[in-house]
Amino acid sequence: MGEKVLMKGNEAIGEAAVSAGCRHFFGYPITPQSELPAYLAKKMPLVGGVFLQAESEISAINMVYGAACAGVRVMTSSSSPGVSLKQEGISYLAGAELPVLVCNVQRAGPGLGTIQPSQADYFQAVKGGGHGDYRLITLSPSSVQEIIDLIRLGFDLADKYKTPAMFLADGMLGQLMEPVDLGEYKSEIKEKPWALSGCEGRAKNTVTSIWINPEEMERHNIHLQEKYAEIKKNEQRWENFHFDDEAEFLVVAHGSMARIAKSAVIKAREEGIKASLIRPITLWPFPENAFSSLKSLKKILVVEMNMGQMVEDVRLVVNGRIPVEFFGRAGGMFPTVEQTLGKIRGLIK
Amino acid sequence: MQKVFEKPVSIDEKPFSYCAGCTHGIIHRLVAESIDELGIREKVIGVAPVGCSVFAYEFFNFDMCSAAHGRAPAVATGIKRARPENIVFTYQGDGDLAAIGTAEIVHAAARAEKITTIFVNNAIYGMTGGQMAPTTLVGQKTDTTPYGRKVENQGYPIKVAEMLSTLEGANYIERVTVISPAHVNKAKAAIKKAFQYQIEGKGFNLIEVLSTCPSCWGMSPIKAIEWLKANMIPHYPLGVYKDGAKTE
Repeated sequence: MGEKVLMKGNEAIGEAAVSAGCRHFFGYPITPQSELPAYLAKKMPLVGGVFLQAESEISAINMVYGAACAGVRVMTSSSSPGVSLKQEGISYLAGAELPVLVCNVQRAGPGLGTIQPSQADYFQAVKGGGHGDYRLITLSPSSVQEIIDLIRLGFDLADKYKTPAMFLADGMLGQLMEPVDLGEYKSEIKEKPWALSGCEGRAKNTVTSIWINPEEMERHNIHLQEKYAEIKKNEQRWENFHFDDEAEFLVVAHGSMARIAKSAVIKAREEGIKASLIRPITLWPFPENAFSSLKSLKKILVVEMNMGQMVEDVRLVVNGRIPVEFFGRAGGMFPTVEQTLGKIRGLIK
Repeated sequence: MQKVFEKPVSIDEKPFSYCAGCTHGIIHRLVAESIDELGIREKVIGVAPVGCSVFAYEFFNFDMCSAAHGRAPAVATGIKRARPENIVFTYQGDGDLAAIGTAEIVHAAARAEKITTIFVNNAIYGMTGGQMAPTTLVGQKTDTTPYGRKVENQGYPIKVAEMLSTLEGANYIERVTVISPAHVNKAKAAIKKAFQYQIEGKGFNLIEVLSTCPSCWGMSPIKAIEWLKANMIPHYPLGVYKDGAKTE
């Protein structure tokens, strides 16, 4: 165990990225993630890296595309309206199979919405967002320590599978200060023989997402789906909290919401309710394996900081075996511990 | 027998897919010759646009990627910032550069990005079948201006070389054309110089090349050259608009 330091979530994203070997950041200002670019604007020149403020979210994601073509670890960050603008670029990154990390410190929408925390971009992150059939490895942290761990993991998985990854936090985690252990972390940065570096001593390399011939385009799609199936098989991550053979009620929540839901589960257990919790860490691939045995469960409650998004994936995996209920609040409002506890009590009826 | 003329090494084997009489082929060749002569083929990274030259990465024989529509200057910025030792260029048409990608090119120039842009202006969208471009002349008929471009409806064409040369970050901006051997020679010198500046660490560099589109203009190649001479050159005067090395 290394020494613990107190860090703000947004700064932890920057620190973790640098520790993961990321030396290139392109971004555009937006609340509530502004501490991150400010942190990297200071840090990057000190470690021989590049920080560049782009003229738009669209330019930023395309600079990321260029740097990824050149074979370096690269990141951008934004918040919900800005991430909407990046969707074109994200689709191209997925099509061209470029490893990058995109951070979304979510705020409430739709439209300009508000700057308060939200989980309303779940669909956008895990179901596509941009055009075409593609998936993003999507990671949801629940603490500042986990921000550090998942940013590093995000870079590693993006490189491993040669695909863009999404780090999906929310405004509360971005602003939260907690002690973290930066630990000893050595990223295995792989050789990228496909990257554009100048064709000295080899045949030319090409990076593109266009296959004008439909047979070739379908082949590329099938290749992508095979890769996604591999990710689905290998990379499901979640946390079990009191989820054992005797649990009768299960709460499913991720990110900031899972912290509140855990408190509600603890209180419910104090009341003698056999409550438990699953916290998905990978939102895509959704941790289906966590639900392989529903054991003694009677009902599931999904709690989100939105009007019901992840609940659809829970219902898909539960597939009618037991009832799945939903509770959520939107617009930057949090379900409270008391409200969540009330909903858990309601499951018994 | 002595070989007196051959394909540049920087041109690949794939036959060009451009229409008969289109000047993209000439411009590709000038880019390739310049790169060969400067000895930088193995250091070059090109960025292809969306438009008629979307497959440029198949025609050039060096590292290339394709960018989303209009985003080539941002992609090139990412590449150049990651690999400052490489020579990075974008090859873009008028719709790509002066409509959907206006922000990207203006800010790449403003940042004095150490890149080179080959801007092919043929006053029309060719790939999509001949719609109005940001550089379509007033009165010019296109698919989407069937009665001719009208100032009260579509406003005025954008003069890219003039506009970008107002930016302090622009190092070298020249407008050329390729409608005669003399013009081709001048265009070649300009393109080569735009790469030479980047080798010297100077940017931003852009060469605007007035080009023909016989297919979408609905003209024979010869008629298209006459039309360009009579209509485009008066509106888009040829010449050097910015040469940082001279004015510094």
